[in-house]
Amino acid sequence: MLHEITLTVNGDPYTVAVKSHYTLLKVLREQIGLTGTKIGCENGECGACTVLMDGDPVNSCLVLAVEADGHAIQTVEGLSKDGKLHPLQQAFIDHNAIQCGFCTPGMLMVAKGLLDKNSDPNEDEVREAITGNLCRCTGYIRIVDAILDVAKKGEF
Amino acid sequence: MAQNTSELNVVGKSVPRIDAHEKVTGAAIYVDDMQFGPGLLFGKIVRSKVPHAIIKKLDVSKVLAYPGVKAVVTGKDTPKPFGLYLKDRTIFVTDRVRYVGDAIAGVVAISEEIAEKAADLIEVEYEELPAVFDPYESFQPDAPIIHPDLGKYEVVPFIFPQAGTNISQHFKLRKGDVEHAFDQCALILEDTFRLPQIQHVPIEPHCAVARWDIDGNVTVWAASQSPFAQRDLLAQGLDVPHGNLRVIAPYVGGGFGGKAGISIEANVVAMSRAVKGHPVKVRNTREEEFVGTNVRQSVHAHYKIGVDKDGNLLAMEAQYYFGGGASNEYGVNIVRAAGYSCTGPYDIPNVKGDSYCLYTNTQIGSAMRGFGMPEIHWGLEQMMDRMAEKLGIDKAEFRRKNCVRTGDIILTGMTMPDIDLVACIDKVAKAINWGKKEEPSAPNKKRGKGMAIMWKAPAMPPNPGSSAIVRFNEDATLNVYVSGQEIGQGTFTVMAQMAAEAVGIPYEWVRITASPVDTKYSPYEWQTVASRLTWSMGNAVRAAALDVRQKVLDVVAKYWNEDPKDLDIKNGIVVSYKSEKEQPLQKMVVYGLPNENYEGWQGGPIVGSGSFMPTYVTGLDYDTGQGARAVVHYTVGAQAVDLEVDTETGQIDIIKIASAYDVGKAINPDLVLTQIEGGAVHGMSSAFEGYVFDEKGRMVNQSLVDYKIATAMDAPKKIHGDIVETPLEDGPWGARGVGEHVMVQTAPAMANAIADAVSIRINNLPLSAEKVYMMMHKEEFEK
Repeated sequence: MLHEITLTVNGDPYTVAVKSHYTLLKVLREQIGLTGTKIGCENGECGACTVLMDGDPVNSCLVLAVEADGHAIQTVEGLSKDGKLHPLQQAFIDHNAIQCGFCTPGMLMVAKGLLDKNSDPNEDEVREAITGNLCRCTGYIRIVDAILDVAKKGEF
Repeated sequence: MAQNTSELNVVGKSVPRIDAHEKVTGAAIYVDDMQFGPGLLFGKIVRSKVPHAIIKKLDVSKVLAYPGVKAVVTGKDTPKPFGLYLKDRTIFVTDRVRYVGDAIAGVVAISEEIAEKAADLIEVEYEELPAVFDPYESFQPDAPIIHPDLGKYEVVPFIFPQAGTNISQHFKLRKGDVEHAFDQCALILEDTFRLPQIQHVPIEPHCAVARWDIDGNVTVWAASQSPFAQRDLLAQGLDVPHGNLRVIAPYVGGGFGGKAGISIEANVVAMSRAVKGHPVKVRNTREEEFVGTNVRQSVHAHYKIGVDKDGNLLAMEAQYYFGGGASNEYGVNIVRAAGYSCTGPYDIPNVKGDSYCLYTNTQIGSAMRGFGMPEIHWGLEQMMDRMAEKLGIDKAEFRRKNCVRTGDIILTGMTMPDIDLVACIDKVAKAINWGKKEEPSAPNKKRGKGMAIMWKAPAMPPNPGSSAIVRFNEDATLNVYVSGQEIGQGTFTVMAQMAAEAVGIPYEWVRITASPVDTKYSPYEWQTVASRLTWSMGNAVRAAALDVRQKVLDVVAKYWNEDPKDLDIKNGIVVSYKSEKEQPLQKMVVYGLPNENYEGWQGGPIVGSGSFMPTYVTGLDYDTGQGARAVVHYTVGAQAVDLEVDTETGQIDIIKIASAYDVGKAINPDLVLTQIEGGAVHGMSSAFEGYVFDEKGRMVNQSLVDYKIATAMDAPKKIHGDIVETPLEDGPWGARGVGEHVMVQTAPAMANAIADAVSIRINNLPLSAEKVYMMMHKEEFEK
């Protein structure tokens, strides 16, 4: 059965027809064409598909598309504005917090979700916030440093 | 030469990653992000549910009858054996399954859902055979034989399978007189160590798309560390000319060896042949990733090591039994590497080493970061620690005393190229406050420090090649075509630095033209493995860059009527040290330069090429493992760990890891540090990982909840890295690789720190809290 849903993605309204079991992840990637959000496990275990739903980080593989009806979604593609990188994106570059890049979109979104709620987190709070986002390359230390650096500068 | 080589502009500087902007914006394309339109079909691989059996009957009629199914492919369609070093596998099994997960059939359908549902309808009748999962059991004469045709398989000259056994490779190392030397020893220690199979767990699962065109051309889009090696293997397995096969490989979302060689790609290509003209896509689920892709081999290792009364290592005997899984086409070479490096980074005059690769009814063992070295260092570095302890010598000092040095004749008879392992030991000792007992953070915790050292050579055939093409654009930006893959290690950045340095242009002018690598247009590269790119591909890029540099100088010299030897390229401008003239590269690198009064022109579009292949590696004697040059070089390093053990739970908390590696020359020092940091956490995580099987050989922890990798909460907050730079003779600017080395000795360094904290010795990985707790309270449990 198809359901027509309307959701806002990075500020733009989309109306799409989805099956009941389609996930938000599938709709973002295959129907809206935003492939920055990654598929790592489809079980909510790796965090690669993290997006913001009404400002809160969610694993988009665990959100049914129909649940996203009427909600505002932010993905990595919506982070930079007017060609200028978001401070988190710039900090990830400056700290070499990226290696293969596959966890990066999810990491950026979970970090944005954290800083939007808690503008001055300590290291433990940052580590706890990103603990559901797995990275096999970096050992996390640069990612944590990048997020703390953005918080310290306070311009986001 | 006018160019001042002592002053480097961009080599040696920590410039930002060239791939960073794409990766933080979501613009970077991985295979699963590529678009194929509505004609795309989806595949599902049907896998064996039993560990070892003859297939009595395979009925796919119900699958084919399912609406939306376009084709089913089985072993009947793919009878030809293939393999990198030993042709012991077919794309789909033909008559027998050898592990729970072996590929039996491929279902192609119009949607993922239909492929998955239809795949359940396959009917397989098995005649089950006895199975063997443990490498040491597989070595025994009465073990069930997994490959009865082993003697008939085609094999490369440096691999030695033994027909009628499960032994696909036996590497023998014989140096000096071990028996006699043991008689001279003041202390001999002997013990056995074991490691389970573990997985790479890249965050990007394997994904491949293939299209077999009606005209016979085949295109594969793959998450791959080895586009050219894959093309070669596919050509062998499917009888397609190399020139008709095209592998396109974009960014790789983590490899660690798991995307080297071949895994699902061959299955997908075979499936696409049944639906010509349509692209077919397979993307592994995380469960399939665990069950159906390659793993690090399990190991059963036995050591006997002896020292004289002054603590000099005199003799070593080692037997390594690697559980290679159902196919050993790649694993045999890991075992060879473990064999010719079997002493670890120690100078031992008398050595008897035997390294075996054994078939087991488990996942296929293949390349993983470290390539045999983490497996042998796990036991070895604990043995060395115990040796020092028994002798009453400081453990760092014992290592300084016995470790390999430049010029040593090492176990294979090769002379050790320039390295400085002692400097690495000194640096980590300093960083960890070696010898200083630290206070634990709580009364129920005990704190300890441990050290481990390592070596590793790139393990390759003797002649793996690299090539590069460089091409100027009108504005003097430079496209550098390479086929080494950016798998996170930063190779694109390092190649851009090398090209900029060698030509004499700003780093920002370089464009790495390699994502995707396309075997139709990209220059040849053997594989992105063995931590070889900085050295091998770097040499090719440097040669190509010097080629265009010379071409530019020749054109400008003619234009100015000067000698090219008096000219240089500085920051994108050709300068003459003689006439002090200047000529910007813009335009002239494509349009050339006019003669006086426009009477004709010089030059034209400037394109350069370079290639590199080591030519000096020799074969090794089958009976002794001796030869003039076993490998191209070794990278060495040291690690030290400071940790706490919770005596109430057995939980281990890593407080700090310090590492130092001799990289020859850090082309980008901060990228070297990011490798060191990430590798230390990968190494730490690997110590807690392991496949768990039930009695029928079925993996029971095939999810990221049950097979845990280190999270941000588990990883240590303090990771210290140091770089030692002893130039490598044939490295670009002296550089050698450091991608894999960084996790080789983390697990034994942790085990040594645990021993320091709570006086227990753990011989078998993983280091589970339960195991640590039980061993701490061994006496109570034995009551």
